[in-house]
Amino acid sequence: MDLHLDAPHSMGTTIIGVTYNGGVVLGADSRTSTGVYVANRASDKITELTDNVYLCRSGSAADSQIVSDYVRYFLHQHIIQLGQPATVKVAANLVRLLSYNNKNMLQAGLIVGGWDKYEGGKIYSVPLGGTILEQPFTLGGSGSSYLYGFFDQAWREGMSKDEAEELVVKAVSLAIARDGASGGVVRTVTINSEGVSRKFHSGDSLPLWHEELEPQNSLLDTLMPEDSQ
Amino acid sequence: MTKAAIHVPPKGGFSFDLCRRNEMLAQNGLKPPCSFKKTGTTIVGLIFQDGVILGADTRATEGPIVADKNCEKIHYMAPNIYCCGAGTAADTEAVTDMVSSQLQLHRYHTGRESRVVTALSLLKSHLFNYQGHVSAALVLGGVDVTGPHLHTIYPHGSTDTLPFATMGSGSLAAMAVFESKYKEGLTRDEGIQLVSEAICSGIFNDLGSGSNVDVCVITKGHKEYLRNHQQPNPRTYVSSKGYSFVKGHTEVLTTKITPLKEKVEVIEGGDAMEE
Repeated sequence: MDLHLDAPHSMGTTIIGVTYNGGVVLGADSRTSTGVYVANRASDKITELTDNVYLCRSGSAADSQIVSDYVRYFLHQHIIQLGQPATVKVAANLVRLLSYNNKNMLQAGLIVGGWDKYEGGKIYSVPLGGTILEQPFTLGGSGSSYLYGFFDQAWREGMSKDEAEELVVKAVSLAIARDGASGGVVRTVTINSEGVSRKFHSGDSLPLWHEELEPQNSLLDTLMPEDSQ
Repeated sequence: MTKAAIHVPPKGGFSFDLCRRNEMLAQNGLKPPCSFKKTGTTIVGLIFQDGVILGADTRATEGPIVADKNCEKIHYMAPNIYCCGAGTAADTEAVTDMVSSQLQLHRYHTGRESRVVTALSLLKSHLFNYQGHVSAALVLGGVDVTGPHLHTIYPHGSTDTLPFATMGSGSLAAMAVFESKYKEGLTRDEGIQLVSEAICSGIFNDLGSGSNVDVCVITKGHKEYLRNHQQPNPRTYVSSKGYSFVKGHTEVLTTKITPLKEKVEVIEGGDAMEE
Protein backbone atom coordinates (compact mmCIF):
# COMPACT_ATOMS: atom_id res chain seq x y z
CA MET A 1 0.00 0.00 0.00
CA ASP A 2 1.51 3.28 -1.07
CA LEU A 3 -0.13 6.19 0.67
CA HIS A 4 2.15 8.88 -0.81
CA LEU A 5 2.38 10.61 2.56
CA ASP A 6 5.30 12.68 1.30
CA ALA A 7 3.40 13.85 -1.78
CA PRO A 8 2.86 17.60 -1.93
CA HIS A 9 -0.31 18.77 -0.28
CA SER A 10 -2.95 19.35 -2.84
CA MET A 11 -6.51 20.35 -2.73
CA GLY A 12 -8.60 18.14 -4.95
CA THR A 13 -11.34 20.63 -4.60
CA THR A 14 -14.69 22.00 -5.50
CA ILE A 15 -14.75 25.81 -5.46
CA ILE A 16 -17.51 28.03 -6.80
CA GLY A 17 -18.14 31.73 -7.23
CA VAL A 18 -21.61 33.05 -8.13
CA THR A 19 -22.84 36.63 -8.60
CA TYR A 20 -26.39 37.49 -7.59
CA ASN A 21 -28.55 40.58 -7.45
CA GLY A 22 -26.44 42.76 -5.13
CA GLY A 23 -23.33 40.72 -4.38
CA VAL A 24 -21.45 37.45 -4.67
CA VAL A 25 -21.49 34.02 -3.01
CA LEU A 26 -18.30 31.96 -2.78
CA GLY A 27 -18.45 28.28 -1.89
CA ALA A 28 -15.98 25.47 -1.21
CA ASP A 29 -15.69 21.98 0.23
CA SER A 30 -13.19 21.31 3.03
CA ARG A 31 -10.99 18.38 1.99
CA THR A 32 -7.18 18.61 1.75
CA SER A 33 -5.34 15.47 0.72
CA THR A 34 -1.81 14.06 0.42
CA GLY A 35 -1.99 11.29 -2.13
CA VAL A 36 -4.98 9.24 -0.96
CA TYR A 37 -4.84 10.36 2.70
CA VAL A 38 -7.15 13.12 3.89
CA ALA A 39 -4.69 15.44 5.65
CA ASN A 40 -7.36 17.90 6.78
CA ARG A 41 -11.10 17.24 6.64
CA ALA A 42 -12.18 20.71 7.81
CA SER A 43 -9.86 23.09 5.95
CA ASP A 44 -10.90 26.60 4.98
CA LYS A 45 -10.27 27.19 1.28
CA ILE A 46 -12.03 30.58 1.22
CA THR A 47 -9.34 33.02 2.35
CA GLU A 48 -9.83 36.66 3.30
CA LEU A 49 -7.80 39.11 1.20
CA THR A 50 -9.39 42.34 2.47
CA ASP A 51 -12.64 43.22 4.26
CA ASN A 52 -14.54 43.14 0.97
CA VAL A 53 -12.58 40.67 -1.20
CA TYR A 54 -12.18 36.92 -0.64
CA LEU A 55 -10.30 34.21 -2.52
CA CYS A 56 -11.15 30.55 -3.22
CA ARG A 57 -8.04 28.36 -3.50
CA SER A 58 -7.46 25.11 -5.43
CA GLY A 59 -4.42 23.11 -6.58
CA SER A 60 -1.26 22.93 -4.46
CA ALA A 61 -2.01 24.07 -0.90
CA ALA A 62 1.46 25.57 -0.45
CA ASP A 63 1.39 27.52 -3.73
CA SER A 64 -2.12 28.90 -3.29
CA GLN A 65 -1.38 29.92 0.33
CA ILE A 66 1.77 31.79 -0.70
CA VAL A 67 -0.03 33.59 -3.53
CA SER A 68 -2.88 34.60 -1.21
CA ASP A 69 -0.42 35.75 1.48
CA TYR A 70 1.42 37.98 -1.01
CA VAL A 71 -1.79 39.39 -2.49
CA ARG A 72 -3.17 40.14 1.00
CA TYR A 73 0.07 41.96 1.87
CA PHE A 74 0.08 44.00 -1.37
CA LEU A 75 -3.63 44.84 -1.05
CA HIS A 76 -3.31 46.12 2.51
CA GLN A 77 -0.38 48.28 1.44
CA HIS A 78 -2.52 49.54 -1.48
CA ILE A 79 -5.46 50.30 0.85
CA ILE A 80 -3.23 52.38 3.15
CA GLN A 81 -1.83 54.38 0.21
CA LEU A 82 -5.29 54.82 -1.35
CA GLY A 83 -7.12 55.58 1.90
CA GLN A 84 -10.14 53.53 0.83
CA PRO A 85 -11.08 49.87 0.22
CA ALA A 86 -9.49 48.12 -2.76
CA THR A 87 -11.64 47.09 -5.71
CA VAL A 88 -12.19 43.46 -6.65
CA LYS A 89 -10.57 44.21 -10.02
CA VAL A 90 -7.31 45.33 -8.37
CA ALA A 91 -7.25 42.24 -6.16
CA ALA A 92 -7.89 39.93 -9.11
CA ASN A 93 -5.21 41.68 -11.14
CA LEU A 94 -2.63 41.17 -8.38
CA VAL A 95 -3.54 37.48 -8.23
CA ARG A 96 -3.15 37.30 -12.02
CA LEU A 97 0.24 39.05 -11.95
CA LEU A 98 1.67 36.55 -9.45
CA SER A 99 0.07 33.54 -11.15
CA TYR A 100 1.22 34.59 -14.64
CA ASN A 101 4.75 35.75 -13.76
CA ASN A 102 5.48 32.55 -11.82
CA LYS A 103 3.45 30.16 -13.95
CA ASN A 104 6.39 27.72 -14.20
CA MET A 105 6.62 27.40 -10.42
CA LEU A 106 2.95 27.45 -9.43
CA GLN A 107 0.12 24.95 -9.47
CA ALA A 108 -2.82 27.03 -8.28
CA GLY A 109 -6.29 27.74 -9.63
CA LEU A 110 -7.92 30.68 -7.89
CA ILE A 111 -11.29 32.45 -7.81
CA VAL A 112 -11.43 36.05 -6.60
CA GLY A 113 -14.78 37.40 -5.47
CA GLY A 114 -15.98 40.49 -3.66
CA TRP A 115 -17.94 43.70 -3.66
CA ASP A 116 -16.86 47.31 -4.24
CA LYS A 117 -18.75 50.58 -4.64
CA TYR A 118 -17.75 51.08 -8.29
CA GLU A 119 -18.74 47.79 -9.86
CA GLY A 120 -20.77 45.98 -7.18
CA GLY A 121 -20.36 42.21 -6.81
CA LYS A 122 -17.77 40.71 -9.16
CA ILE A 123 -16.23 37.28 -9.70
CA TYR A 124 -12.86 36.80 -11.40
CA SER A 125 -11.39 33.40 -12.14
CA VAL A 126 -7.60 33.01 -12.45
CA PRO A 127 -6.92 29.46 -13.69
CA LEU A 128 -3.57 27.65 -14.05
CA GLY A 129 -1.78 29.63 -16.79
CA GLY A 130 -2.47 33.00 -15.20
CA THR A 131 -5.20 34.29 -17.48
CA ILE A 132 -8.02 36.33 -15.95
CA LEU A 133 -11.72 35.87 -16.66
CA GLU A 134 -14.57 38.04 -15.39
CA GLN A 135 -17.65 35.83 -15.24
CA PRO A 136 -21.16 35.88 -13.74
CA PHE A 137 -20.40 32.47 -12.20
CA THR A 138 -17.31 30.29 -12.20
CA LEU A 139 -16.37 26.79 -11.12
CA GLY A 140 -12.96 25.46 -10.10
CA GLY A 141 -11.08 22.42 -8.81
CA SER A 142 -11.46 18.74 -9.63
CA GLY A 143 -15.15 18.76 -8.64
CA SER A 144 -16.01 21.44 -11.19
CA SER A 145 -16.25 18.98 -14.10
CA TYR A 146 -19.32 17.43 -12.48
CA LEU A 147 -21.05 20.81 -12.23
CA TYR A 148 -20.90 22.61 -15.59
CA GLY A 149 -24.05 20.98 -16.92
CA PHE A 150 -25.86 21.64 -13.65
CA PHE A 151 -24.91 25.34 -13.69
CA ASP A 152 -25.87 25.77 -17.37
CA GLN A 153 -29.32 24.53 -16.34
CA ALA A 154 -29.73 26.05 -12.86
CA TRP A 155 -28.00 29.46 -12.97
CA ARG A 156 -30.19 32.48 -13.70
CA GLU A 157 -29.43 36.19 -14.07
CA GLY A 158 -30.55 38.30 -11.09
CA MET A 159 -31.02 35.67 -8.39
CA SER A 160 -31.73 36.72 -4.80
CA LYS A 161 -29.11 36.21 -2.07
CA ASP A 162 -30.93 33.20 -0.61
CA GLU A 163 -31.37 31.60 -4.04
CA ALA A 164 -27.66 32.04 -4.81
CA GLU A 165 -26.55 30.60 -1.44
CA GLU A 166 -28.88 27.65 -1.89
CA LEU A 167 -27.52 27.05 -5.41
CA VAL A 168 -23.91 27.09 -4.19
CA VAL A 169 -24.53 24.67 -1.28
CA LYS A 170 -26.48 22.35 -3.56
CA ALA A 171 -23.73 22.43 -6.20
CA VAL A 172 -20.87 21.75 -3.76
CA SER A 173 -22.83 18.89 -2.16
CA LEU A 174 -23.43 17.41 -5.64
CA ALA A 175 -19.70 17.59 -6.39
CA ILE A 176 -18.84 16.06 -2.99
CA ALA A 177 -21.18 13.17 -3.83
CA ARG A 178 -19.39 12.37 -7.12
CA ASP A 179 -15.80 13.64 -6.73
CA GLY A 180 -13.58 11.54 -4.48
CA ALA A 181 -11.14 14.41 -3.97
CA SER A 182 -13.85 16.71 -2.58
CA GLY A 183 -15.57 16.17 0.74
CA GLY A 184 -16.18 17.17 4.32
CA VAL A 185 -18.30 20.24 4.94
CA VAL A 186 -19.52 23.11 2.75
CA ARG A 187 -18.33 26.61 3.55
CA THR A 188 -19.86 29.72 1.95
CA VAL A 189 -18.95 33.39 2.08
CA THR A 190 -21.50 35.98 0.94
CA ILE A 191 -20.24 39.50 0.17
CA ASN A 192 -22.43 42.54 -0.62
CA SER A 193 -22.80 46.22 0.28
CA GLU A 194 -23.86 45.20 3.82
CA GLY A 195 -20.58 43.36 4.46
CA VAL A 196 -19.56 39.72 4.70
CA SER A 197 -21.37 36.70 6.11
CA ARG A 198 -19.79 33.27 6.52
CA LYS A 199 -21.90 30.11 6.68
CA PHE A 200 -21.01 26.56 7.60
CA HIS A 201 -22.96 23.49 6.46
CA SER A 202 -21.90 20.30 8.27
CA GLY A 203 -21.55 17.07 6.30
CA ASP A 204 -24.64 15.44 7.84
CA SER A 205 -26.87 18.44 7.04
CA LEU A 206 -26.27 18.27 3.26
CA PRO A 207 -28.93 16.92 0.88
CA LEU A 208 -28.70 13.22 -0.01
CA TRP A 209 -28.20 12.43 -3.71
CA HIS A 210 -28.46 9.26 -5.77
CA GLU A 211 -27.70 6.11 -3.74
CA GLU A 212 -26.45 8.08 -0.71
CA LEU A 213 -27.33 6.71 2.71
CA GLU A 214 -28.85 8.46 5.72
CA PRO A 215 -26.19 9.50 8.23
CA GLN A 216 -26.14 7.19 11.23
CA ASN A 217 -24.22 6.90 14.47
CA SER A 218 -20.85 5.27 14.07
CA LEU A 219 -20.00 2.05 15.86
CA LEU A 220 -17.81 4.13 18.16
CA ASP A 221 -20.85 6.06 19.43
CA THR A 222 -22.69 2.80 20.07
CA LEU A 223 -19.76 1.18 21.86
CA MET A 224 -18.81 4.29 23.82
CA PRO A 225 -21.95 6.27 24.73
CA GLU A 226 -21.49 10.02 25.26
CA ASP A 227 -21.38 9.86 29.09
CA SER A 228 -18.67 7.20 29.25
CA GLN A 229 -16.23 9.07 26.96
CA MET B 1 14.81 47.19 -34.06
CA THR B 2 14.66 43.58 -33.02
CA LYS B 3 16.15 42.61 -29.74
CA ALA B 4 18.74 39.87 -29.89
CA ALA B 5 17.77 36.88 -27.79
CA ILE B 6 20.53 37.07 -25.21
CA HIS B 7 20.32 34.86 -22.17
CA VAL B 8 20.23 37.13 -19.14
CA PRO B 9 20.97 35.39 -15.84
CA PRO B 10 18.32 36.02 -13.18
CA LYS B 11 19.08 38.73 -10.62
CA GLY B 12 19.34 37.05 -7.23
CA GLY B 13 16.76 34.67 -5.80
CA PHE B 14 16.88 30.91 -5.67
CA SER B 15 18.12 28.71 -8.47
CA PHE B 16 16.55 25.29 -8.79
CA ASP B 17 18.65 24.19 -11.79
CA LEU B 18 20.47 21.52 -9.79
CA CYS B 19 17.22 20.31 -8.20
CA ARG B 20 15.77 19.85 -11.68
CA ARG B 21 18.98 18.11 -12.81
CA ASN B 22 18.80 15.75 -9.83
CA GLU B 23 15.15 14.96 -10.56
CA MET B 24 16.06 14.21 -14.19
CA LEU B 25 18.96 11.96 -13.13
CA ALA B 26 16.70 10.15 -10.64
CA GLN B 27 14.15 9.59 -13.40
CA ASN B 28 16.87 8.07 -15.57
CA GLY B 29 17.61 5.57 -12.83
CA LEU B 30 20.36 7.21 -10.77
CA LYS B 31 20.33 6.19 -7.14
CA PRO B 32 20.85 9.34 -5.05
CA PRO B 33 23.18 9.07 -2.07
CA CYS B 34 20.70 8.54 0.74
CA SER B 35 22.88 8.44 3.80
CA PHE B 36 21.02 11.06 5.85
CA LYS B 37 18.63 10.11 8.60
CA LYS B 38 14.99 10.17 7.55
CA THR B 39 13.12 9.33 10.68
CA GLY B 40 9.93 7.38 10.78
CA THR B 41 8.02 9.24 13.44
CA THR B 42 4.80 9.72 15.32
CA ILE B 43 4.23 13.30 16.44
CA VAL B 44 0.94 14.77 17.66
CA GLY B 45 -0.57 17.84 19.24
CA LEU B 46 -3.93 18.91 20.64
CA ILE B 47 -5.61 21.92 22.18
CA PHE B 48 -7.10 21.36 25.67
CA GLN B 49 -9.04 23.66 28.00
CA ASP B 50 -6.12 25.86 29.02
CA GLY B 51 -3.41 25.36 26.43
CA VAL B 52 -1.65 23.02 24.03
CA ILE B 53 -0.13 19.56 24.50
CA LEU B 54 2.51 18.21 22.12
CA GLY B 55 3.68 14.60 21.99
CA ALA B 56 6.34 12.54 20.18
CA ASP B 57 7.91 9.12 20.11
CA THR B 58 11.69 8.82 20.57
CA ARG B 59 12.88 6.48 17.80
CA ALA B 60 15.31 7.71 15.13
CA THR B 61 15.90 5.39 12.20
CA GLU B 62 18.48 5.09 9.42
CA GLY B 63 16.70 2.98 6.84
CA PRO B 64 15.85 -0.27 8.68
CA ILE B 65 18.25 0.41 11.57
CA VAL B 66 17.23 2.10 14.81
CA ALA B 67 19.91 4.78 15.06
CA ASP B 68 18.82 6.28 18.39
CA LYS B 69 16.41 4.66 20.84
CA ASN B 70 15.79 7.78 22.87
CA CYS B 71 16.08 10.94 20.74
CA GLU B 72 14.25 14.24 21.31
CA LYS B 73 11.71 15.27 18.69
CA ILE B 74 9.98 18.11 20.54
CA HIS B 75 12.12 21.15 19.77
CA TYR B 76 12.30 24.47 21.59
CA MET B 77 11.18 27.50 19.54
CA ALA B 78 10.51 30.12 22.23
CA PRO B 79 9.72 29.95 25.98
CA ASN B 80 6.02 29.70 25.08
CA ILE B 81 6.30 27.80 21.78
CA TYR B 82 7.51 24.27 21.01
CA CYS B 83 7.62 22.33 17.75
CA CYS B 84 7.55 18.58 16.97
CA GLY B 85 9.55 17.50 13.91
CA ALA B 86 9.20 14.59 11.46
CA GLY B 87 11.08 13.91 8.24
CA THR B 88 14.85 14.29 7.81
CA ALA B 89 16.27 14.68 11.35
CA ALA B 90 18.94 17.14 10.22
CA ASP B 91 16.39 19.36 8.46
CA THR B 92 13.90 19.49 11.34
CA GLU B 93 16.71 20.28 13.78
CA ALA B 94 18.26 22.94 11.52
CA VAL B 95 15.01 24.67 10.59
CA THR B 96 13.69 24.84 14.16
CA ASP B 97 17.07 26.07 15.49
CA MET B 98 17.23 28.75 12.80
CA VAL B 99 13.71 30.02 13.41
CA SER B 100 14.08 29.92 17.20
CA SER B 101 17.14 32.18 16.92
CA GLN B 102 15.20 34.56 14.64
CA LEU B 103 12.42 34.60 17.24
CA GLN B 104 14.89 35.36 20.05
CA LEU B 105 16.30 38.32 18.07
CA HIS B 106 12.75 39.48 17.36
CA ARG B 107 12.00 39.36 21.11
CA TYR B 108 15.14 41.41 21.90
CA HIS B 109 13.99 43.93 19.29
CA THR B 110 10.35 44.23 20.33
CA GLY B 111 10.54 43.33 24.03
CA ARG B 112 7.40 41.27 23.61
CA GLU B 113 6.58 37.57 23.86
CA SER B 114 6.82 35.68 20.55
CA ARG B 115 3.58 34.76 18.79
CA VAL B 116 2.86 31.37 17.29
CA VAL B 117 1.86 32.90 13.93
CA THR B 118 5.29 34.55 13.70
CA ALA B 119 7.00 31.18 14.06
CA LEU B 120 4.50 29.75 11.57
CA SER B 121 5.23 32.41 8.92
CA LEU B 122 9.02 32.08 9.32
CA LEU B 123 8.86 28.28 9.03
CA LYS B 124 6.49 28.22 6.08
CA SER B 125 8.38 30.83 4.05
CA HIS B 126 11.67 28.95 4.54
CA LEU B 127 10.13 25.62 3.58
CA PHE B 128 8.32 27.12 0.57
CA ASN B 129 11.56 28.71 -0.67
CA TYR B 130 13.18 25.28 -0.76
CA GLN B 131 10.24 23.76 -2.66
CA GLY B 132 9.98 20.64 -0.48
CA HIS B 133 13.71 19.84 -0.57
CA VAL B 134 14.01 20.72 3.11
CA SER B 135 12.01 17.74 4.30
CA ALA B 136 10.61 18.92 7.60
CA ALA B 137 7.03 18.08 8.56
CA LEU B 138 6.18 19.95 11.73
CA VAL B 139 3.52 20.24 14.42
CA LEU B 140 3.83 23.70 15.93
CA GLY B 141 2.11 24.54 19.21
CA GLY B 142 2.15 27.34 21.74
CA VAL B 143 0.25 29.81 23.86
CA ASP B 144 0.66 33.54 23.22
CA VAL B 145 -1.19 36.78 23.97
CA THR B 146 -3.94 35.75 21.53
CA GLY B 147 -4.48 32.32 23.14
CA PRO B 148 -3.51 28.70 22.40
CA HIS B 149 -2.58 27.75 18.81
CA LEU B 150 -1.82 24.50 17.00
CA HIS B 151 -0.58 24.28 13.40
CA THR B 152 0.81 21.67 11.04
CA ILE B 153 3.43 22.61 8.46
CA TYR B 154 4.27 20.40 5.48
CA PRO B 155 7.65 20.23 3.68
CA HIS B 156 6.27 22.15 0.67
CA GLY B 157 5.25 25.06 2.88
CA SER B 158 1.52 24.57 3.27
CA THR B 159 0.04 25.06 6.71
CA ASP B 160 -3.14 24.01 8.50
CA THR B 161 -4.73 25.25 11.71
CA LEU B 162 -6.41 22.48 13.69
CA PRO B 163 -7.73 21.57 17.17
CA PHE B 164 -5.83 18.24 16.99
CA ALA B 165 -3.08 17.16 14.61
CA THR B 166 -0.79 14.21 13.84
CA MET B 167 2.25 13.90 11.56
CA GLY B 168 4.91 11.43 10.45
CA SER B 169 4.67 7.79 9.39
CA GLY B 170 2.63 6.99 12.51
CA SER B 171 0.16 9.79 11.84
CA LEU B 172 -2.58 7.42 10.66
CA ALA B 173 -2.38 5.28 13.80
CA ALA B 174 -2.36 8.36 16.03
CA MET B 175 -5.16 10.10 14.10
CA ALA B 176 -7.37 7.02 14.56
CA VAL B 177 -7.09 7.55 18.33
CA PHE B 178 -7.76 11.30 18.11
CA GLU B 179 -10.71 10.91 15.73
CA SER B 180 -12.43 8.47 18.09
CA LYS B 181 -11.70 10.15 21.44
CA TYR B 182 -10.90 13.87 21.02
CA LYS B 183 -13.46 16.35 22.31
CA GLU B 184 -13.43 20.05 23.09
CA GLY B 185 -12.47 21.24 26.57
CA LEU B 186 -10.35 18.30 27.73
CA THR B 187 -8.70 18.71 31.13
CA ARG B 188 -4.90 18.67 31.48
CA ASP B 189 -4.78 15.07 32.67
CA GLU B 190 -7.25 13.87 30.01
CA GLY B 191 -5.19 15.67 27.37
CA ILE B 192 -1.89 14.12 28.44
CA GLN B 193 -3.60 10.73 28.58
CA LEU B 194 -5.00 11.10 25.04
CA VAL B 195 -1.68 12.35 23.59
CA SER B 196 0.18 9.44 25.23
CA GLU B 197 -2.37 6.99 23.87
CA ALA B 198 -2.00 8.42 20.34
CA ILE B 199 1.80 8.23 20.50
CA CYS B 200 1.63 4.67 21.89
CA SER B 201 -0.63 3.77 18.97
CA GLY B 202 2.17 4.95 16.67
CA ILE B 203 4.87 3.22 18.72
CA PHE B 204 3.14 -0.15 18.65
CA ASN B 205 1.54 -0.11 15.15
CA ASP B 206 4.08 1.81 13.05
CA LEU B 207 7.50 0.26 12.33
CA GLY B 208 9.11 3.67 11.96
CA SER B 209 8.13 4.74 15.49
CA GLY B 210 9.06 3.24 18.82
CA SER B 211 10.58 3.47 22.31
CA ASN B 212 9.27 6.16 24.68
CA VAL B 213 6.67 8.93 24.85
CA ASP B 214 7.77 12.56 25.19
CA VAL B 215 5.12 15.13 26.15
CA CYS B 216 5.17 18.91 26.38
CA VAL B 217 2.34 20.81 28.06
CA ILE B 218 2.14 24.55 27.32
CA THR B 219 -0.29 26.79 29.21
CA LYS B 220 -0.48 30.57 29.64
CA GLY B 221 2.82 31.70 31.19
CA HIS B 222 3.91 28.15 31.97
CA LYS B 223 5.27 25.04 30.27
CA GLU B 224 6.21 21.55 31.31
CA TYR B 225 8.49 19.31 29.26
CA LEU B 226 7.79 15.72 30.33
CA ARG B 227 10.78 13.87 28.87
CA ASN B 228 10.07 10.12 28.70
CA HIS B 229 6.61 10.62 30.22
CA GLN B 230 5.92 6.97 29.48
CA GLN B 231 8.41 4.16 28.88
CA PRO B 232 6.34 1.36 27.38
CA ASN B 233 9.43 -0.47 26.01
CA PRO B 234 11.82 -1.10 28.91
CA ARG B 235 14.81 -3.41 28.49
CA THR B 236 13.60 -6.89 29.38
CA TYR B 237 16.99 -8.62 29.43
CA VAL B 238 18.86 -6.75 32.15
CA SER B 239 20.66 -9.25 34.40
CA SER B 240 19.64 -8.99 38.06
CA LYS B 241 23.23 -9.87 39.04
CA GLY B 242 24.71 -7.06 36.96
CA TYR B 243 27.43 -7.49 34.38
CA SER B 244 30.79 -7.83 36.18
CA PHE B 245 33.37 -10.16 34.71
CA VAL B 246 36.11 -11.73 36.75
CA LYS B 247 39.70 -11.28 35.58
CA GLY B 248 40.89 -14.17 33.48
CA HIS B 249 37.40 -14.89 32.09
CA THR B 250 38.73 -14.46 28.56
CA GLU B 251 41.54 -16.75 27.39
CA VAL B 252 44.78 -14.93 26.48
CA LEU B 253 46.12 -16.30 23.19
CA THR B 254 49.21 -14.17 22.57
CA THR B 255 50.93 -11.34 24.37
CA LYS B 256 53.17 -8.69 22.83
CA ILE B 257 54.43 -5.72 24.76
CA THR B 258 55.81 -2.75 22.85
CA PRO B 259 57.72 -0.39 25.13
CA LEU B 260 57.09 3.32 24.52
CA LYS B 261 60.08 5.19 23.09
CA GLU B 262 61.07 8.60 24.34
CA LYS B 263 60.31 10.83 21.33
CA VAL B 264 60.43 14.30 22.82
CA GLU B 265 63.47 15.69 24.54
CA VAL B 266 62.68 18.47 27.00
CA ILE B 267 65.42 21.06 27.34
CA GLU B 268 65.34 23.29 30.39
CA GLY B 269 66.40 26.93 30.16
CA GLY B 270 66.00 29.50 27.34
CA ASP B 271 64.39 32.94 27.52
CA ALA B 272 61.18 33.38 29.41
CA MET B 273 58.25 34.59 27.27
CA GLU B 274 57.44 38.26 27.47
CA GLU B 275 54.31 39.15 29.41
